[in-house]
This record gives sequence, C-alpha cells and structure tokens, in this order.
Amino acid sequence: MPIEIPIDKWPGSVREVIIGATEADGGTRSKTIKVGGEKTMPFLHFEQPTPNKPVIAIEIKDHKPEDWSPLLEEIWSTETIEDPGLWAVAAEKAGADIIVLALCLNDKDGLQTKPENAVASVKKVLDSCKLPLVVFGPGQVDLDNELLVPISEATKGERLVLGICEDKNYRTIVATAMANGHLVTARTPMDVNLSKQLNILITDMGMPPDRILMDPTTGALGYGIEYGYSVMERLRLAALQGDAMTQFPMIVTPGFEAWKTKEAKVGEGVPESWGDWKERSINWETITAVSLIETGADIVVLRHPESVRRVRFAIEELSVA
Amino acid sequence: MALSGIQIYKMLPKTNCKECGFPTCLAFAMKLAAKQVELSSCPYVSEESKAELAESSAPPIRLVSIKSDGFEVKAGNETVMFRHEKTFYNRPGLFVRVKSSASLEAVKELVSRADKYSVNYVGMDLEVDGFALEADDENKFSDLVKTVRTITKRPLILIGRREALSAGLENINGESPLIYSATLENWEGMADLALKYKSSLAVSGETLDEISELTEKIKTKGFENIVLDLSSKSLGENLAKATQVRRLALKKNFRSLGFPTIFFANGDNGIDAIEAAQAIGKYSGFIVLNRFEPELFYPLLVLRQNIYTDPQKPIQVQPGIYEINSPNADSPVLVTTNFSITYFSVANEVEGSGLPAWLLVTDAEGMSVLTAWAAGKFDSERIAKSVKEFGVADKVTKKRIVLPGHVAVLSGEVEEELPGWEIRVGPREAVDIPSFMKQAL
Repeated sequence: MPIEIPIDKWPGSVREVIIGATEADGGTRSKTIKVGGEKTMPFLHFEQPTPNKPVIAIEIKDHKPEDWSPLLEEIWSTETIEDPGLWAVAAEKAGADIIVLALCLNDKDGLQTKPENAVASVKKVLDSCKLPLVVFGPGQVDLDNELLVPISEATKGERLVLGICEDKNYRTIVATAMANGHLVTARTPMDVNLSKQLNILITDMGMPPDRILMDPTTGALGYGIEYGYSVMERLRLAALQGDAMTQFPMIVTPGFEAWKTKEAKVGEGVPESWGDWKERSINWETITAVSLIETGADIVVLRHPESVRRVRFAIEELSVA
Repeated sequence: MALSGIQIYKMLPKTNCKECGFPTCLAFAMKLAAKQVELSSCPYVSEESKAELAESSAPPIRLVSIKSDGFEVKAGNETVMFRHEKTFYNRPGLFVRVKSSASLEAVKELVSRADKYSVNYVGMDLEVDGFALEADDENKFSDLVKTVRTITKRPLILIGRREALSAGLENINGESPLIYSATLENWEGMADLALKYKSSLAVSGETLDEISELTEKIKTKGFENIVLDLSSKSLGENLAKATQVRRLALKKNFRSLGFPTIFFANGDNGIDAIEAAQAIGKYSGFIVLNRFEPELFYPLLVLRQNIYTDPQKPIQVQPGIYEINSPNADSPVLVTTNFSITYFSVANEVEGSGLPAWLLVTDAEGMSVLTAWAAGKFDSERIAKSVKEFGVADKVTKKRIVLPGHVAVLSGEVEEELPGWEIRVGPREAVDIPSFMKQAL
C-alpha cells in the first residue's frame, strides 16, 4: 500500500503583489514582476503549486559607495559604480529581475544628497534600464522623506517600491506612495508582532494591501541569521493560518547583511581557517540568501553577480515539482 | 502510538504533589503528551507506568550514531518541523568524501588537511566530523582504510559493494561506522554485514515506498540502526522528500521511516555549498561533501551552529574585553551587553567602520541593552565591575568608556562607581556607531 503523505491544508495564503507598471498601466517598464501568492510553506509542490517563483533584485547605489568591499568594486568596475544608469544595465545583464537603488547619505563631495540629484539618479536608472525598480532612502528619517517625496512625484504611475517604512517613519512615505501609485516596503526588526503592527498602521492609512511588501530584517550567516530565519517561518505560517496582517510578500537584503560581515568584506588580517576570500564571500551571500528563500523570502536583494547566478540556479531547482 | 494527556494522566500517581514543577498531575500529563517535559521529573511514577510510557514515547526518529575511538556523531531524536517550535537537537555531521581512485599521497594530503582543520566562531572551535571512504575492490578498500586510520581517528562512513566493504570493515575494530548502502537487490547481505560489524546501515531507494519497504525487511533481521538516503535529482525534490519523511515520523509516528537521513552534496563547486546548506536547515543527519576547502566548510559549520541553537535560550557571548580592528592604548572603549545579537550588531558596525576599538562586553545574563537595564542586569555596578574585572585600565591610556545611548541615564552613577573615568554616551542604535566614532571620538 503506498504511503499516504500528510498534507497541511491552510485557510490563508500570501497576497500577490505586482511591482512596476508597463506603458499599458501608466508606466514605462518593459515588464512587471509578480510576487507572493503562496499557499504552502516554501516549495512544497506536493501540497500546492507555487504560483510565483522568488525573484532576485540587485542592489545598486547612486554613486560609488564608500564602504563596499573591494571585491564588489572590482567585479562591477570603477566606471559602472560611478553611474547608476550604467550600473542598472550591468545588473540586468547579471540576471536581476528587479533593480534596488539604495541612495547614499552623501553625494560624491561628501555633502548631504540633494533631492534634485536623487530624482536625477532615479530618472537615469529608469531611462537606461526597463526593469521594475525599488528605491531605498539612505535610512535617516528626515532625509528619507526629503528625497523620497520628490522621487515619488517625479515617477508617478511607475509602481516603484519606496522604502524604507519603519515604525518611526512611515507616514510621509506611505502618503506619497498612495498619491502617486507606488508601493512601499515595511521594515521591522526581527519580530513577528512588530511586523504585524507596522502593517496595520500602514493599511490603516488607506494603503491598499496589494501595494505593501514587508521586510522582517535578517542577520547574515553567523550574525543572527537564525532569528530572521525563524521570524520569517513564523510569519509565513501565520499568513497561511489566515492572519491578514502577515500576508504580505517578504523582501530581505542578504546582500547588504552578508557583505557587512568581516568574512565577506575583507581579505587581509583574517584567520587562515576562513579560506579563500572571494569564494568565502560568495558562499556567505548565497548561503544567507538561499536559507532565507527556504523560509519564505519572495525577493532577495543581492550584490555579487556570481551569487546571483548561484541563487538563480537554486530557485530554478527548488521550483521543479 | 503517542498517548493523549488524559491517557498519561491515568498512569501518574494523581497526588498533585507539585514536585515536578506543575500544579497538578493533569497539567504535567498534558506537558508530557506535548513532549515538553521528561517523565523523570516525576519522582513517584511506578515502574510499570514508566515502562508503558517509555514504549509509547519511543522517539519518532531513532537516534543513530557513528562512533570511533574518542568520537561520536549522533543523528535523530528530533521532535519538531520548525526550530522555533522547540529546537533542533543533534547537529548534522559534516563528512568529507575520500575516494580510492585518488593516489594514496593525495588521500593523505586531503585527510590530514581536513582532520587538522579547526575554525573559531564566537569562542567555539568548529571541526570536520569525519570521512566517507569509497573504494570498489577489497584491496583498495583495506589500503584506504589503513591509510586514513594512520592520520585520523574521526568517525567513518564506508561506501562500496559488499565484498569491498567487508575488507574495509576488517581493518577497523571496535568502531561503529555507517555503511552505504542497502538496496532492494543487496539488502540481506548488507544487513548481515552491518550486524556482524556493529555498524549502522544506510538504505537507498527511488521512492519513499521503496525505502520504507526496505527498512521493514531489514528490521525483520532484528536490525534497527538505519539511516535513510533520500538523495534525489534536484533541490526541490530533496526538500519535498526530507519534509515528507520528517512529517510522517513526527505526525504519523510512521515507524518504517522514523530514521535519520544522509545527504550527498554532489553539485558543482559553490552549488554544493547551497545543497549542503539546505540539508542543514532541512533535516539531514549526516552530510557528505565531495571536497574539503576552508571557504566551504567555515560557512557551513557556522550555519549548522546557527540553525541548531536553542531559540528559547538567548545565546550569550563570553563577557570580556574584545579587540576589534587591532586597537591600541589610544583606542576607545565601547560598552555593551553579552546578548549575542546585541554583541553581533555592535561588533559588526565597529568592524565595518574600519576604526579600532575595545568592546567591553558586560555580563548582562544574555539580555539586550534595554531589556537588561529594565531587569536590573545592566547597571552601573555591573559595568564598573566588568571594567575592573577585565583590566580595562591596563589596556588604555585614556580612562574613558562609551555607554550605549539607551542607558544614558546611568552615566552619573557609573561616574561615581568609576572615579577618574570619563563616561561618554554613544548612540542608541548600533547602526549609528561608525559615524559617532568618526565624529565624536
């Protein structure tokens, strides 16, 4: 008698969210990306098909970042990382489904980034690369608002994702995204309840739920990944159980986290037992990313093209029923 | 079959003595049924009930261990699908595959490199667990085993045909290796071999039906130290099978698949890291890699450590004074607590800043800054004590410490506790440390 495999039947599912708008929908993107829609824990095709594969975003900056690993500068080339337009094109070539433009705090001259320059950077990326776009502010409350509002207005109808909404700073970003047909991403520090709470606040403002992504935050491998890992599993389980305020697709930034670690960032003055620098850094990023994809990430934001290649391979293999 | 709380309650003394730590026997029985406590917490349970309960509470996934002189790698005895439900217990063993097709010189070089390997991660020394030896004829197998045993004592998995395995097993006495593998064609001979040499036996099959049919056959020989080989064609299929087997064992108490599993990471370089990472998160007991390189094993050993930490216990780092970016006597001293995430966030930011600093990790019983402060575990006394205990004054010329911004309120008290020290207040969030260090220190 064949074995009867126990199947989990869930009442809930993750919402589907569409990022980017084509000309037909009032934007200029060549295609849109749909994420979410899962009705099971990740990749359990024997229960239900996975409607949308997880997607890979590549993070670029508006100019050469100060604190990135030399390995990243080398692989993207010096000219590319000085020009967000060129960088976006290179990222698309490297296999990105989506571009994440993370704005720097300061401009090339070390002065605080000005709104008109930030808008120009976003325009440049939109003109040169037709993939859907996510724009992150530099992560300082006042400046984020100062930059994101004009960006949002100048790109009305593109269905960008604007971030990062946090509990202390979400109103302005949500309001401008609502007014201009964009999406938002809500970040909370590795906690299921905080995550729900922020999602409630954002939907209470009237933001349609199909225009929200959530970022539960994660730690890199070796630097607290287990917390993000379990919070994401719990969020996905809650979504499947029918808790509406956890049913948003998840976007996480393993590239940012992994490349912050000493293991990935530096090659000198580290123990010999860490092994070859380049291979170690890519393993650090890919293992962080794949572990998070297996706990329910819908979008992983990466930095190194070789990591993109390997994570893509994993996504394709995981998507085989 | 697992018993319900009520069924268990009937077998308990029903005296409500509270010595188990629960208010009533019924409450204790409910916890037992949920496998959240051990029966041994009840001092008065009868021998008869003990036997009956032990039978019903036999672990749904059998514990299997691979042993050698002084080493043991255990797998099995797991109780949950997701680590947050309780914890994962037995960290999967990481094995390096060694083939006789390589020259003996190459084998020696590989095995000694992997055997000596040790990498420090937050105060722990992590190592390779053992070796999976593979040869296709008798002479080669005995040569391989002899050679490897001159270098390492770590546990072994032996891979090959029955005759070849037998030659290998002759050369290791008093060990319990794992032999690979029994199939529908050869299971009887393999089971006899495993019984004779007290080894565990891996079982391979195309489908779960085939594998469970095999384990039932092998069990008729009175042999139960079985390990399931679920290797399939893709990451997706591996994930599905691993999930199905764990579910059947835990939710249905399905005995013929209630065993730990073995996984072979056979992908190309780099992809093997991803395959092994999935195996660590998704339930494998023993993981075999085709190569040994530090840049491959270091991240995998760390991932294993991370996934298998107990989520209910905050992980702590050893209190002490930590050096970041090679500080000297002029470098600043930053104070934080010994909750691992707190430590990692702070250490990571300081490291990322490229600026040298001393990080004074105070014993706050593994709590984060605000929690510890609220609980009275991170106060001026504790901070002053750690400054003295770890000899901070001998390390720096400038007597100055920086407190986390969240405990700015403590600065006055710390000044009183540490006369002659300058007490500064840093940022509240770790992410702001680099700019604080650049601008204010």
